Amino acid sequence: MYAQMVDTGAKKLRSPEEMTPEERAFQARVDADIKIEPKDWMPEAYRKTLIRQISQHAHSEIVGMLPEGNWITRAPTLQRKAILMAKVQDEAGHGLYLYCAAETLGVSRDQMVADLHSGKAKYSSIFNYPTLTWADIGAIGWLVDGAAIMNQIPLCRCSFGPYSRAMIRVCKEESFHQRQGFDIMIKLCRGTPEQKAMAQDALNRWWWPSLMMFGPPDASSVHSAQSAQWKIKILSNDELRQRFIEQTVPQADFLGITMPDPDLKWNPERGHYDFGAIDWSELYEVVKGNGPCNRDRLRARVEAWENGAWVREAALAHAAKRAAAAEKAA
Amino acid sequence: MSDDRSLFEYLLRLADSDLILAQRLGEWVGHGPVLEEDIATTNVGLDLLGQSRLWFAYAGEVEARFNDGSGRSEDELAFLRDAGEFRNLMLVEQPNGNYADTMARQFYFDVWHELLLRGLAESTDARIAEIASKALKEVRYHGDRSADWVIRLGDGTDESHRKMQAAIDGLWMYTGEMFDVDAVDLALIDGGIACDARALAAPWRQRVDAVLDEATLRLPTDVWMQGSNGRGGKQGVHTEHIGPMLAQMQWLQRAYPGARW
Ligand SMILES: [Fe+2]
Ligand SMILES: [Fe+2]
Repeated sequence: MYAQMVDTGAKKLRSPEEMTPEERAFQARVDADIKIEPKDWMPEAYRKTLIRQISQHAHSEIVGMLPEGNWITRAPTLQRKAILMAKVQDEAGHGLYLYCAAETLGVSRDQMVADLHSGKAKYSSIFNYPTLTWADIGAIGWLVDGAAIMNQIPLCRCSFGPYSRAMIRVCKEESFHQRQGFDIMIKLCRGTPEQKAMAQDALNRWWWPSLMMFGPPDASSVHSAQSAQWKIKILSNDELRQRFIEQTVPQADFLGITMPDPDLKWNPERGHYDFGAIDWSELYEVVKGNGPCNRDRLRARVEAWENGAWVREAALAHAAKRAAAAEKAA
Repeated sequence: MSDDRSLFEYLLRLADSDLILAQRLGEWVGHGPVLEEDIATTNVGLDLLGQSRLWFAYAGEVEARFNDGSGRSEDELAFLRDAGEFRNLMLVEQPNGNYADTMARQFYFDVWHELLLRGLAESTDARIAEIASKALKEVRYHGDRSADWVIRLGDGTDESHRKMQAAIDGLWMYTGEMFDVDAVDLALIDGGIACDARALAAPWRQRVDAVLDEATLRLPTDVWMQGSNGRGGKQGVHTEHIGPMLAQMQWLQRAYPGARW
């Protein structure tokens, strides 16, 4: 999802007999739902995996500001402009909480940012798709923030204290994000034929990438099993995806727009929706850097960082001057 | 001009400067020098946007009084007027440039804005006084922040000093307009409705000098102030920068007339 394909370094799950006494004690705490705090002992692989996962999540919040941010200047009403600005600002705040949570694991924000810029660290594939019309802003709030909530609510219960607390704060704001997106969709679907077509077109383009946000199918993911054992992943990719579909289909019906999946239908025997095959090659390509906007997104982040270097340096230099002056005065 | 027409014009000036600066700050979102600045800049933009909406709402009501009960909505005023009908200061439509340019623009504006709102908080027009008092609480923080950045960049590194000085120099010619009054202002000053902008010049200069002094920066001399002949942004005569900005801001409303969003 926002952290889609997190490498845990695990080839297979280890049984209690294979663990050291420290690892066994750690796993027992996790199993008993006692939060792990930064100062507690933790397996190195747990720490590394969490750094990857939380930083991926943080980077997703920050890169995610770009596709929506570029519509702030074009929002169609002053109220929409204000809502969108507040929403994108929230995402910056989410990035900040998450970077702070990751820093408790002994990695600096500068290091994480450098890894993003070098391409070493990933962010969610979803933000590599373009926002072409105003309806895309609706679709992102409805589908992308909707998917984010689906993933993040269980993470409020994850084993790592700072991550869990960050998720609790984030989730409060995400539901506002989802509602504003859905509200944009409602307005468009009840608007002129052109507006309704805009909404349908946005759904057509965002539906499949939204489903890919939950990551590859469970069958092909040994990492998910390790993460589940550590309780840094509570529900599997496929479970989350299915829940998301179940929640979203009636909303599309309510809007009167059609899911771009002819195989999507209710299966009364399973008690779930069946859906068509997802083109996983697309996800793998986008994650590799070959999505429609990967290059633009990364370039925008790197440019912002490089253009801001002299500002950050000046702030440091000024702070040093002030400190020196204060020392002299003392 | 009737008093209501003057009042309408005056309110548009207040609303438009807030809106246009908010629009400029919106361009920064996602591209700031550091995450905390992205958040802070957006905060200021949101405050100004919120203030513009309060002024627009009142402007629409005033317009209805002299226009057979029909006053324009905030969106009609924001999205369906052309550049010549915008009444914002030329200062706020200037491009973002680098962070020093953005901060110089913000600083010049914030110091003036706070003084203006302080005056308007005492307006005999209860609605103006109410909006101004509310806005004042937000704008005090804006002024502290932009002054702080002018100082940090002015007295930071050689490079930041150079950039900050260039920004202060480059925008100076747009500051004169803030203290000019025309017939619209005069019609409202006597009744205590408007704030006499002429009286703001001295305290503004005092504050600007103090901050620039701390920032090791200097004001330029011998500069011809733009719009000082009564043909400036407040009268609808703008710089070239406003056109592309409005084209972008108004495009959806113009492309789909009558649609609701
Ligand atoms: Fe978020
Ligand atoms: Fe969100």
